[in-house]
Amino acid sequence: MMQVPCPSCGPRHAGEFGYVGEIALRPDPSSTSPGEWREYLYQRRNRADWTVERWYHRMGCRRYFVVERHTVTHEFRTP
Amino acid sequence: MMRRATRTGMKVGSHRVDPRPGEVIDRTTSFEFTWNGRPHAAHPGDTIASALAASGVDVFSRSFKYHRPRGLLTASYMDPGCMLQVGDEPNVRGAHRLVRPGMEVSSQDTWPSLSFDVKAVNELARRALPAGFYYKTFMKPARLWPAYERVLERFAHGGRLPAWDASTGSFDQRFAHPDVLVAGGGPAGIAASIAAAAAGASVMLVEEEHELGGHLRWGDEAELSALRSLRDSVAATPGIEVMTNAVVLGRYDDNWVSIVHRGLPHVEERLVKARVGALVVASGLIERPYVFAGNDVPGVMLSTAVRRLINLYAVRPGDRAVVLTANSSGDAAVVDLDRAGVEVVHVEDVRRGGDVVRVRGRSRVRSVELGDGRSVRCDLVVTATGWTAPVSLLTMAGDQPVYVATGARFRPDCANLPANVLATGGVVGDGDLDALVDHAAAVGHEAARRVAGDPASPLPQLDVAPHPALFRGRTHGIVDFSEDVSSKDLFSAVEEGYRSAELAKRYTTATMGPLQGKLETVNAVAVIAEATDRTIAECGTTTWRPPYAPVTLGALAGAEREPVRRSPMQTWHEAHDAVALQAGAWIRPDRYGDPNSEVAAVRDGVGIIDVTPIGKLDLRGPDVARLLNLVYVNKWSKLEVGRVRYGVMCSDDGVVIDDGVTGRLGDDHYLMSTTSSGATAVWEWLELWLQTEHPDWQVHVTPVTTAYASINVAGPRSRELLARVVDDVDLSSDGFPYMHVRTGTVAGVADCVLWRIGFTGELSFEVHAPAGYGLHVWEALVEAGSDLGARAFGVEAQRILRLEKGHLIVGQDTDGLTRAGSAGLDGLVRLDKPDFVGLPELVWHEDAGDGARLVALRTTDATTLPAEGSQLIAETGRLCGRVTSSRFSPTLGRMVILAQVDATLSPPGSEVTIRLVDGGTVRAVVSEHLAQVDPEGVRVRG
Repeated sequence: MMQVPCPSCGPRHAGEFGYVGEIALRPDPSSTSPGEWREYLYQRRNRADWTVERWYHRMGCRRYFVVERHTVTHEFRTP
Repeated sequence: MMRRATRTGMKVGSHRVDPRPGEVIDRTTSFEFTWNGRPHAAHPGDTIASALAASGVDVFSRSFKYHRPRGLLTASYMDPGCMLQVGDEPNVRGAHRLVRPGMEVSSQDTWPSLSFDVKAVNELARRALPAGFYYKTFMKPARLWPAYERVLERFAHGGRLPAWDASTGSFDQRFAHPDVLVAGGGPAGIAASIAAAAAGASVMLVEEEHELGGHLRWGDEAELSALRSLRDSVAATPGIEVMTNAVVLGRYDDNWVSIVHRGLPHVEERLVKARVGALVVASGLIERPYVFAGNDVPGVMLSTAVRRLINLYAVRPGDRAVVLTANSSGDAAVVDLDRAGVEVVHVEDVRRGGDVVRVRGRSRVRSVELGDGRSVRCDLVVTATGWTAPVSLLTMAGDQPVYVATGARFRPDCANLPANVLATGGVVGDGDLDALVDHAAAVGHEAARRVAGDPASPLPQLDVAPHPALFRGRTHGIVDFSEDVSSKDLFSAVEEGYRSAELAKRYTTATMGPLQGKLETVNAVAVIAEATDRTIAECGTTTWRPPYAPVTLGALAGAEREPVRRSPMQTWHEAHDAVALQAGAWIRPDRYGDPNSEVAAVRDGVGIIDVTPIGKLDLRGPDVARLLNLVYVNKWSKLEVGRVRYGVMCSDDGVVIDDGVTGRLGDDHYLMSTTSSGATAVWEWLELWLQTEHPDWQVHVTPVTTAYASINVAGPRSRELLARVVDDVDLSSDGFPYMHVRTGTVAGVADCVLWRIGFTGELSFEVHAPAGYGLHVWEALVEAGSDLGARAFGVEAQRILRLEKGHLIVGQDTDGLTRAGSAGLDGLVRLDKPDFVGLPELVWHEDAGDGARLVALRTTDATTLPAEGSQLIAETGRLCGRVTSSRFSPTLGRMVILAQVDATLSPPGSEVTIRLVDGGTVRAVVSEHLAQVDPEGVRVRG
């Protein structure tokens, strides 16, 4: 189980966190199309590379934060 | 059970020799245990296998496929020949588990007995049981597979499982954060620990055996003396936690390491999960068997096995020995055998061209044929033909072992290891004791430096010494002792095209048994290399995966540590015969007596229910209304102070995720309620929207679920009851109308929040009192209502009441696909709001007009209750929905049912058929309203 770098608490066991997922920008609900909205809801790139994603420090400071993680090596870096 | 041996004269083993300097048994006492029902004697410190060997037992088990007799091979944890049944515990490693007084030990999977096993006829049919036998024989026709399965089960190898309800002892888990974890407590591991601790690191030293020391334990006088001084240093060095009878199971990301710790007082097994600064692997070497005909006959043992038996347990492993030696371990075994009074009739030295061709014998070695063709009578054949480096922890960290041809073994490359994983000792290379200890001390010191944040500096080398390459001799023999796979089987697999080591392994099941390749992988690779005319380096080795050693499901599951939540009134409930219900994290009263009479009390008089588990969030700030407008599908901007409103939350896919009421207590102060199970999720949901989409909004969210004890007072006489304990709130229907909130004093407790809402469909008030006064308020209500017939009701009565009223429960009457419209909430959803979570999907859903709808069904049969989950069938015969909630209604004297049904069948009057669990059917008609009791809502507004 990897460690996730929380910006306020430092590196902590991944089990303390909720994984929100790859960042997906929410379209404007008043002008969106079904295709664009469902892209936001369901489509993730899931590349074997650096991804920008959101985590939630559920058992710590309860902050949602954005980090970059390499999906192959599990390295983290701050975007 | 413990008796003095000398006084009783109990026989303590015909094969026990005079005291050895390093022996671990306590000869002053002995005790009895049973083996296959017969009593045997043992000393404290004996393993099951050593005690049995001391009384002359040769055969411990039968082999997996051919049921050949098997004796001791390694006399260690990984001995494939002595997996035993102890009491109701199967698959006990008999050469590792310490024997205890009264222990009932038996052999596994032998019938009718170990000495005469019927299934040994398998061996006569050996030609009919080739490699891949199962795949070839039992595949077709597929319809016969169940029959094959029954036959194969009888031949399956393993012990008896305990009865499902048998007590299995207690299991436990522990978390640890050592700076340095050293895997392996031999001389290198000990030296590395001492150096790391001396450099200031906290150290955990993990050893598989019952004592520290590794191979020094069964060594000569000089080695024993070195061991004593190493042990003394460990004891004298602060900061080292020693864990014996414990094994590192695996290494995961960021040095997350799992360890199984066995045989603790009162704990069978403990799983230790450690976040380790630096992992030092000092796993030593495993002696490798030699492949030749008869290499599995009882009496063929590794040099380390006879040295353990003689030096640790003072057991004479045979009478006449032939030793095949290629190294110093074999040479030392010759000396040990001689000192133990075993006649060493011949030493066959590989370094001078010696070899062993085959062993003859069945239940015990009778003779051995040497390389020059001579046959020598003996009952013990000892082999010392080389070593395997247990690199598995290193490969889990990214290492790719390389084959060192001159040393005839794989060694770790260490080039791909992260900086926080290091290795030392035999697994890395060879040297005398001083060289090993020096290397380990350097590695331990370096590990501590790296943990302290110093840059990595290069580590000293430890080279693999030359060793003759010995894997398979001139004949075919067993490669995998636990799976009964011979070198001939591997040759057959290669002939059939399985040339890759990974494929041949899976086809023959070599390395896939209980030992998971520790003894047999390198021999298997060597045989495959030979059969495919490649080098071992070209063949490569197979992949090691965690766990390194077996671990019980009990240890993985650990002790039950889920906290249970109890409301402040739970003691009262228990004192009043409440039947407990575990609902999520909460223990709640399901009922106190008959739920139907509890329902009647609420409909006719007054009842009180503990609803403390309802989620409660305190919301403060100028932007709360904007937040409510965003997360609820209905409108919130105009909620006045003192009002309460019901709201439904959807996620952005339009699916209903929670519901509840929220009241406005002040200009910038709201109290939100959620479903009991959704309390945490809603809190996180609000934080998600506040922190990510609208960080500029000023809202402070505080979870107060357990800060308040919540009591719902429901029924036509609820106002009358409440008036007796409240005097600073006007409870009249004009002063405190339906869907309003007040704060006031209840039973003398100030700062209570009162909501006028009606989940049950009756006039009702929900009191939220500071939790510390919850029991007091509850008891005050019970006492004040005694002459009104007030009674406590449980969750079951509440479920009936709400179902009669047609109120849905999110998660029960909705599922992960139910959009707000499908839940019958269209009237609530305000699609004209500029934004709320789920808006676009709900617009499109309404436009499409399809999907399911929540309806109430009415059946004509008043006695048949369709189970929740029963399917609905349309006239055409197709499935058209399912029952989501169903109960008998004591108020109406018939069934009340909520169901999800296709939109086309949702108009009132539509007919559907409910298919019952027993296969029968019941006709049902869609009702006009979800509510069956008081659909106009007169009672709640009373």
